[in-house]
Amino acid sequence: MREYKNVIVAYSIMILLIILVGVFQSWGIALSILNLCLISAVMTMGANIQWGYAGLINFGVMGYTALGGLAAVLVSVAPVEEAWSAGGINIIACFFIIIGMIFSIRYVLKKFTKSKKRTYGIISLIVIGLVLLRLVSEPGIENIEAVDPAKTGFLGGLGMPILFSWIVGGFFAAGLAYIVGKVALGLRADYLAIATLLISEIVIAVIKHEDWLSRGVKNVIGLKRPVPYEIDLQNTPWFINLVEKFNSGKLKLINSVAERQDVLNQLVIDASSVYVKLCFAGMFLIVVIILLIITQKALYSPWGRMMRAIRDNEEAANAMGKNVVKEHLLIFILGSAVVGIAGAMMVTHDGLFTPGSYRPMRYTFLIWVMVIVGGSGNNFGAILGGFAVWFLWIEAAPIALFLINLFTSHLPDTNAIKLHLIDSVPYFRFLMMGIGLLLIMRYRPKGIIPEKINIK
Amino acid sequence: MDFINAIVLLLNYIFVPALAYGSQLAIGAIFVTLIYGILRFANFATGDMMSFGTMVAILFTWYFQSIGISLGVLPTALIAIPFAIIFMILYMLTIDKLVFSYYRIKKSPPVQLAMVSIGVMFVTQAIVRIIIGPFDRRFFDGEKFILKATEFKEMTGLNEGLTVKSTQVITILITIILVSILFWFLNKTKTGKSMRAYSDNEDLALLSGIDPKKVVMITWIIAGILATIGGVLYGLDKSFKPFTYFNNMLPIFAAAIVGGIGNPFGAFLGGYVIAFAEILITYAYKKFFTYILPETLEPDSLIQLLSTDYKFAVSFSILVIVLLFRPTGIFKGRVL
Repeated sequence: MREYKNVIVAYSIMILLIILVGVFQSWGIALSILNLCLISAVMTMGANIQWGYAGLINFGVMGYTALGGLAAVLVSVAPVEEAWSAGGINIIACFFIIIGMIFSIRYVLKKFTKSKKRTYGIISLIVIGLVLLRLVSEPGIENIEAVDPAKTGFLGGLGMPILFSWIVGGFFAAGLAYIVGKVALGLRADYLAIATLLISEIVIAVIKHEDWLSRGVKNVIGLKRPVPYEIDLQNTPWFINLVEKFNSGKLKLINSVAERQDVLNQLVIDASSVYVKLCFAGMFLIVVIILLIITQKALYSPWGRMMRAIRDNEEAANAMGKNVVKEHLLIFILGSAVVGIAGAMMVTHDGLFTPGSYRPMRYTFLIWVMVIVGGSGNNFGAILGGFAVWFLWIEAAPIALFLINLFTSHLPDTNAIKLHLIDSVPYFRFLMMGIGLLLIMRYRPKGIIPEKINIK
Repeated sequence: MDFINAIVLLLNYIFVPALAYGSQLAIGAIFVTLIYGILRFANFATGDMMSFGTMVAILFTWYFQSIGISLGVLPTALIAIPFAIIFMILYMLTIDKLVFSYYRIKKSPPVQLAMVSIGVMFVTQAIVRIIIGPFDRRFFDGEKFILKATEFKEMTGLNEGLTVKSTQVITILITIILVSILFWFLNKTKTGKSMRAYSDNEDLALLSGIDPKKVVMITWIIAGILATIGGVLYGLDKSFKPFTYFNNMLPIFAAAIVGGIGNPFGAFLGGYVIAFAEILITYAYKKFFTYILPETLEPDSLIQLLSTDYKFAVSFSILVIVLLFRPTGIFKGRVL
């Protein structure tokens, strides 16, 4: 129990902070913060698997998150029949061309020994394939994007429940991670960071501009929800009764019937949004707990010990007969898959997919701040990092405003500097993140809850 | 005649803009490569440091404009650059003292320094946004064009016009001067040689009496000069927006790695490789082919290899290909 003391203390403080937001601001805000904290926690767990367990640096978090989001769209949106009949055949043909290309290249690679001729052959195969792809896809894409561009203009998805997308998102991200890992994992750490960062930018560019697939910057809105809608709840008798029961004391004080009805309606509206957020929170919490159990088990299994050995001394692990390359690839895929799940959860929570909003600052660097601050190599630390950093990210503006007012209270309200500072309140969050990261890295380089290794 | 028209077309839409953009990238890439070669970490704060320098230059430009100082046909920002450089160097030395020196003395692994540079990135970004705001700002004044399309058409009687913006010429000229001085400094002076020695083999350099503190300080000073000038040139040519500067870090990294990281000359050429590739691949060649091909063969599609949306993606793909097949970069840099 003693060794978990600081974990418990840190988490209680975190929960207390969120409750304080609920009391002082509103429960709706507190619950949205909690939900995004939980999603961030899943992301940091993914990044922590890669960085904390294996020492692999992955600055492509944004790309995997976006792929998870794309999965949510492709799974849940109803298929657009018109678009399929307009250009579906071309897209399917392209799919087969790509498969044909891959197999023919593999065949050439296997059948012939390495020579200049083979290299030229492969290059010409790729060029022919690309030209063919272009010729086949172009009319199809044009037709698809012409189908009611204001509403659809894309192929749509499978029309399945959005919850499936959490798994599919994981698989999407894992697939990308397999390719990226094959390409980039041989690089030294800081090159790997740059390469993954740039590859994630390529992924975003594709999602942003391939309108037939994701509607691009036109966004997909109104995704199906796994939880009830507020408007339906407000008309459900049991829900209204529940709210009435909860607030019976407050309602009894009001005498006139009409007024009481008004107050009740307002309460029902508030409660419905809180209820929806609570549902989300419950679902996210389940995911976090399942992942936590799995990752904890993995960390303390022989496999986890092997990963640590590889992280701490690659050559020694290699000499002991561990396949470092294979294990690196595996852990890269696993971590990215977890991030993909988080991406799908995030789109499910928001109910919309906006490719334009994926920016490295928010989806890569912020996640890394969370991992470093929380404590790399420790799952409880990573989750706490997700909570603490996201909380600060949201509450930075009010805190900054308070501080500015405190320090400039002697200045008149019309003072130019004061006004300018108050105008730039939103940017103080970057300052806080940066200073927080620098302080933690300097004075507590292992994070708030450092990694603990028990040697028995 | 058609052939000349086609050439002018390419000059106007590809060669001149790519040369200017390439120069801006090249300066940034040399900055990245110097930090990487001598201080041994990938500096993720590159873009934001450039935007800090540019911000100071803009503030000075506004000040000079308000008191009525100007350079006539040239942009006022050129007088502001030296002052901005001083501020930038002070800022960089302060950051080095407060942040980086601790890890350097502890000999932390490069990854940790890269993480620290992310912290610096956040802080710098915040400072820039708090002081000047996140908005798009144009601070160019003076004569905009050296050669206008219509003038060119009148002069030569061609169908195609050639536009040369003064910012493009300024960019290219300043880059040539700056880079020549830099290479002269690195190759001919004692300090430059000691920097190269330090970059090549730290221990050996220390043994032969090179003062590491001096090397590090000179590196930051050069970095400050490069960051400010590169940033201001980009801002003059396009516009200043903190977010774009942050994003520019990515093609700059690509340029530095493509050229061979740790190798300033490679970084310089890498900038042009990236810029030309970006523009060549995303340019629509339809008009070009209508000029050079006979009428019967005229294309009806745009003949564009990739849509302009993928401009950035092109440079990153080049980087990935280079990393795959020639991880040391085109010009041998540090071995990965």
